[in-house]
Amino acid sequence: MAYSNKVIDHYENPRNVGSMDKNAEDVGTGLVGAPACGDVMKLQLRISDDGIIEDAKFKTFGCGSAIASSSLVTELVKGRSVEFAMSINNAMIAEELKLPPVKIHCSVLAEDAIKAAIADFKQKRAKKADAVSASASAAAE
Amino acid sequence: MSLKLPIYLDNHATTRVDPKVLEVMLPFLTEVFGNAGSRNHAFGWAAQEAVERAREQVASLIGADPKEIIFTSGATESDNLAILGVAHFYKEKGKHLITQLTEHKAVLDACHALEKEGFEITYLPVAADGRIRLDDLAAAIRPDTTLVSIMWANNEVGTIQDITAIGKLCRERGVFFHTDAVQGIGKLPFNVASMNVDMASISAHKMYGPKGIGALYIRRGRPRIRLEPTMFGGGQERGIRSGTHAVHQIVGLGAACAVAADAMRDGETERIRELRDYLWTKLQENLDELYLNGSWEHRLPGNLNVSFAFCEGEAMMMAIKDLAVSSGSACTSASLEPSYVLRAMGVDVELAHTSIRFGIGRFTTREEIDYAVQNITDKVRWLREMSPLYEMVKEGIDIKSIEWTAH
Repeated sequence: MAYSNKVIDHYENPRNVGSMDKNAEDVGTGLVGAPACGDVMKLQLRISDDGIIEDAKFKTFGCGSAIASSSLVTELVKGRSVEFAMSINNAMIAEELKLPPVKIHCSVLAEDAIKAAIADFKQKRAKKADAVSASASAAAE
Repeated sequence: MSLKLPIYLDNHATTRVDPKVLEVMLPFLTEVFGNAGSRNHAFGWAAQEAVERAREQVASLIGADPKEIIFTSGATESDNLAILGVAHFYKEKGKHLITQLTEHKAVLDACHALEKEGFEITYLPVAADGRIRLDDLAAAIRPDTTLVSIMWANNEVGTIQDITAIGKLCRERGVFFHTDAVQGIGKLPFNVASMNVDMASISAHKMYGPKGIGALYIRRGRPRIRLEPTMFGGGQERGIRSGTHAVHQIVGLGAACAVAADAMRDGETERIRELRDYLWTKLQENLDELYLNGSWEHRLPGNLNVSFAFCEGEAMMMAIKDLAVSSGSACTSASLEPSYVLRAMGVDVELAHTSIRFGIGRFTTREEIDYAVQNITDKVRWLREMSPLYEMVKEGIDIKSIEWTAH
């Protein structure tokens, strides 16, 4: 496959490889893709109370462009707001990495990973809020 | 001795022209340039003599008579000629052919073309070891079957079929038998008579000869095999394959056959098998979660096909860029489907994505294999460190229990 230098660079020197504690309250985890399709991405975001992505880590099973797409995404979102992260779409990733047409699905997967990680974080927050209000109402009774 | 990078370990795809072969070919690109069909002058005679000598060399390697060898442009043409040629000639007798799911595309796509013409094709399944079952073949043969085409050795997993038994069965049932023998010829002994073969495809560039030249062995004698040509013109090769002889290429094929016969006598097969076994042993010592694809027992000596679980094949090939190998991963194919050969053998699609084929050959050295082992070990560890699946497995999570969303 003829890849751009950017893909090669992200593949050979992937940024932010690693894992965070998936049970931590401030960590959202997105696990997308399927082994049968040849690519699985795990993206984790640590998000502050004011909605800033303080840290991002990934692990990816997949081809060179899948690894590069996830590496790029961690770079893009680190230090940015959740709103900004939600605005990232696959076309931006594909363009930045100059992905060949058959590899566009890798950028789609990377976009999905961001959305899944943020959804997981929001779900945790909602549960926590529920628990807080539940205990508050229990205390009021 | 310093190691030269990158290292070529893709000898199923093609092989380097042996210097001994090149040397024999060169004069036929310079002073001996005649057309082998020019019957009335010395230039033509010299070319014709060279073509006939090469024909003897090819025949000698496979235990055939020189008259049974037809030169073609390569194994794709040989496969097409055998299948389309027999199917078309005998279409009044029957329009059914039998092959297997793991054939090379040169066979499968020729069969697909016949299907469009109204022929019926049976694609035999293979067992986990990559071999067909003789009972399946026996059951598939019908009164209107004209040809069975089963390859000798598979190009991806190196699995060797029991050609002798298949040929015997076909002969008993009165059906012609063709084998695509390109991966095995020149690497292992092959004899058309003792192996009951009616037609065999041969390619020069898989056995240290030049690209663009091959041959089709067509047995003579009874029952006579007749083929409708797929090329029309000057009536060369007894009218079965028209076209001016590519003399330098034909000479190259002949020389490659002669050199291969010498090399086999001098123990090349064993040397290559030892290197292959060494590679596999060392990889297993260094890494876990490796899965061998194809039969170990019935296998080409230079073939190793391994799934490196949790390391996607294309990423793996980018990581081991100093090693020239190939992969059954979807990401290396235009279709985005993983290897149909591995799938037919029942290899899990997840593992098919992680398969790497190593092809060890005449010019591979022990030093190169040592380098490859270290390189692969380092890179597999690096990729697994980055793989969420490997992490999950190490945490004791059953990957198969997760509901993945296919995309």
